[in-house]
Amino acid sequence: MSILGTRVVRTEDPRLLTAGGTYVDDLRVPELTQAARVTFVRSPIAHALITGIDAAAAREAPGVLAVLTANDLDDLPPPPPDDGGGGGDGGDGGEAAPLPLGGPWTEPLLAVDRVRFVGEPVAMVITTEHYQGEDAAELVSVDYEPLPPVIGADAALAGESLLFPAAGTNVAVTFGAPADATTFDGCEVVVERTIENQRLAPVPMEGRAAAAVWAAGKLTVWVSTQNAQISRFVLAGALGLDPDSIRVVAPDVGGGFGAKIGLDRDALLVAWAAKHTGRALRWAETRSENLLGMTHGRAQRQVIKIGGTLDGRILAYRLEIVQDTGAYPRMGGFLPFLTSLMATGPYDIGTAETAYRVIVTNTTPISAYRGAGRPEATAAVERAVDLFAVEIGMDPADVRRINLVPPDKFPFNSPCGAVYDTGAYSAALDKVLAGAGYQELRAEQARRRERGDVRQLGIGVASYVEITAADAAGGETARLVVHDDGTATVYTGSSAHGQGHHTAWAMLVQAELGIDMDKVTVVHGDTDLIPLGVGTYASRSLQLGGVAVQKAAVDVREQARRVAADMLEASESDLELDVDRGLWHVRGDPEASRTWAQVAGHAGEDGLAASVNYTEGQPTFPFGTHLAVAEVDTETGKATMLRHVTVDDAGTVLSPLLAEGQRHGGIAQGVAQALLEEMRYDAAGNPVTGTLVDYAIITAAELPSFELLASETPATINPLGAKGIGEAGTIGATPATQNAVIDAVSHLGVRHIDMPVTPERVWTAISDAREGR
Amino acid sequence: MKVTLTANGSEVAAEVEDRTLLVHFLRDAAGLTATNVGCDTSSCGACTVLLDGRSVKSCTVLAAQADGGEITTVEGLAAPDGEMHPVQTAFRAEHALQCGFCTPGMVMAVVSLLAENPDPTEDDVRTALEGNLCRCTGYHNIVRAVLAAASGRRPS
Ligand code: FES
Ligand code: FES
Repeated sequence: MSILGTRVVRTEDPRLLTAGGTYVDDLRVPELTQAARVTFVRSPIAHALITGIDAAAAREAPGVLAVLTANDLDDLPPPPPDDGGGGGDGGDGGEAAPLPLGGPWTEPLLAVDRVRFVGEPVAMVITTEHYQGEDAAELVSVDYEPLPPVIGADAALAGESLLFPAAGTNVAVTFGAPADATTFDGCEVVVERTIENQRLAPVPMEGRAAAAVWAAGKLTVWVSTQNAQISRFVLAGALGLDPDSIRVVAPDVGGGFGAKIGLDRDALLVAWAAKHTGRALRWAETRSENLLGMTHGRAQRQVIKIGGTLDGRILAYRLEIVQDTGAYPRMGGFLPFLTSLMATGPYDIGTAETAYRVIVTNTTPISAYRGAGRPEATAAVERAVDLFAVEIGMDPADVRRINLVPPDKFPFNSPCGAVYDTGAYSAALDKVLAGAGYQELRAEQARRRERGDVRQLGIGVASYVEITAADAAGGETARLVVHDDGTATVYTGSSAHGQGHHTAWAMLVQAELGIDMDKVTVVHGDTDLIPLGVGTYASRSLQLGGVAVQKAAVDVREQARRVAADMLEASESDLELDVDRGLWHVRGDPEASRTWAQVAGHAGEDGLAASVNYTEGQPTFPFGTHLAVAEVDTETGKATMLRHVTVDDAGTVLSPLLAEGQRHGGIAQGVAQALLEEMRYDAAGNPVTGTLVDYAIITAAELPSFELLASETPATINPLGAKGIGEAGTIGATPATQNAVIDAVSHLGVRHIDMPVTPERVWTAISDAREGR
Repeated sequence: MKVTLTANGSEVAAEVEDRTLLVHFLRDAAGLTATNVGCDTSSCGACTVLLDGRSVKSCTVLAAQADGGEITTVEGLAAPDGEMHPVQTAFRAEHALQCGFCTPGMVMAVVSLLAENPDPTEDDVRTALEGNLCRCTGYHNIVRAVLAAASGRRPS
């Protein structure tokens, strides 16, 4: 029996459990034994001109080796030529990790004459010891001349204060058509609402970190990243170096969630400074720095409009987005493109329109965060469907069933331009409803409503479809070598930061070759060993990187067949691989066999090795339904999650253990967005949730155990039948949870509560509804 | 000042600044890098170790306060022959770790929790681990691992 699809514990775990991982700050390699410490001086002001920097006192402080400012960045290549800046159509959806906008929107490495968000790097202090850095950083005196801060969509669109005067506007990207007056013609019911998809901090438990050494004409950079190879090319461009003179290593990485795609300006600066000063350097940010300096996610204001018939048929939908991209248009400029692409979700809606504007504000830049544009699409349409259902007085699950794309319509061309590959959407919905005992839940809800209980029950349903490996054409690399001791090594361009790639890739090798997975070493994230690769984001790893490993294994198997045929003096077509035992033999004669060690030993100088760069012509579209059950105390507004039931269909499952882990983590982050988390700023642009005391990361105490139901509808475009699973949780769980809390109080007249649905907001919504506001 | 303590059974002595935190003493002076720093507000529990048998957040303890004390970190948990502690075994069996960054602190918090309450309910576990943040697992499998370790049942 194949090992694929079976429950296999991870090969990574014994080391992580007994010795701990080796994250950047843990590296004790010889090159870093003398490494000095980097501490950043960051802007305490949201928007200001810099009129002077005095580092004299800091330079005299104990242990200080250097204080560097923008003036020291005189050994860098000029920025790339102006690409016209502004405007742009948000990309075509097929590109890997879209680049930040250039031209007037260009982001400096260290602030030059202006700061645009609290936390922006202004100077670097280099000290011999850890604790000296913070002392010295406080002695760097920067003169700021405050400018009017731009906080929130209204201020940005008003354009009275501009972040980039040369751009002449705070709107970096505009996309889509103005509303067509006839779109909702023929609808018996139309509902429209403005909702907020709030700004979140990704908070991987390991913050950003980098170390760098310049020696003998080569720059080595260790960085906590999801993409060593992309990081190498970004470094080469920013520092004006030949990529061949750069080695990037991603050691153990303590979570990324999209916020560690490539590398940030802070890490680029550490690498630059190592070359500039000739010292080995190390930087590991504090959590408070992380909450302001690492990119944030989400941050969309959405206007949703939905229309249909009284018997539940949705006919038209419009989504308008204002995407706050923070102070610099990095990937935030692209996220609403994905939101627009997925706007109509799993529904067969005849007419749909989307439009967006991307604005800059004096806040931390926005980039990918688990789901990256798709949770925002799902949150919008799932709220819209619930608003529509309540308006026509129909059960929200029934409205969904009526409108889900039926199984005979795949591949389905969505009105927003996506082509959904395979799906069984209403089967997923019905499985969740049955698994949750939906009718009984509704009956219990009715009983509590009738009794007027203080604790009301809410049931939230969210169906979704999402896009994974959106940049399928970018592909992924794998190299597999079988050694003459019978072991194998996989070099993967994919990049693990918790997902369990090492286990999954070893399973694939065992499944194809019969080499026991504990004899398979997986190597990732070292550009000297793996110069080409893309890395991990967009739920792309298994369907691209995994398939690449499988194809390399098939290639090696066919090479080995030729060698084994030669050894056994038989024809290749008579050779068989016994995958259970890992032995080659002639068909019908299992006794005379050869081991992998023998075959590899006989294979000659080139050995048994294969390299694959696997690309796909199109992305895949996983789907599912989440159902959340909430209990809401109508006197305090506090919501408690009682249950969370899901189907997340990501095609054929290779490792149920790893897939469940991905679902669990995503669900928790989704519930967290719905209930708790929000990165907030005051009117002056000061973050008010800048530490973990104020930013409410979800804990074990706030979550129930999750009820995961299985469903596998294979993808047809790759040989593993796999789609991505990494982001399903945030996509499905967020609206299911929000809908559940609103559902609990909808009989009181509440129609909508923005996320996070805090006790205060729930309580206010109830009293407003009671008073008819 | 000079601090001397026992870490995982070995004596460690080092000259450190007065303000040195225990977690930095362990990582830099004792070379025990498994214990991580995940925050600067004693919120995350990534730095949890045992000090004289009780769990502490080692980012909130000065090395000086631990002078003469006995510290156990996750590196000191397995048996001398390398066999993992039941909590470590349960974490692996139940897939209670992903990136592994919270894990050393989480495991030590669980060891301490089970010492105080050998037979916890799911609610007990969830409440007791409120001070240990994990961004990867959604806690589901951590809770299962704790219950499995407590019951001593052979992991699934
Ligand atoms: S590092 Fe000690 S509690 Fe976060
Ligand atoms: S396993 Fe990554 S933070 Fe817990």
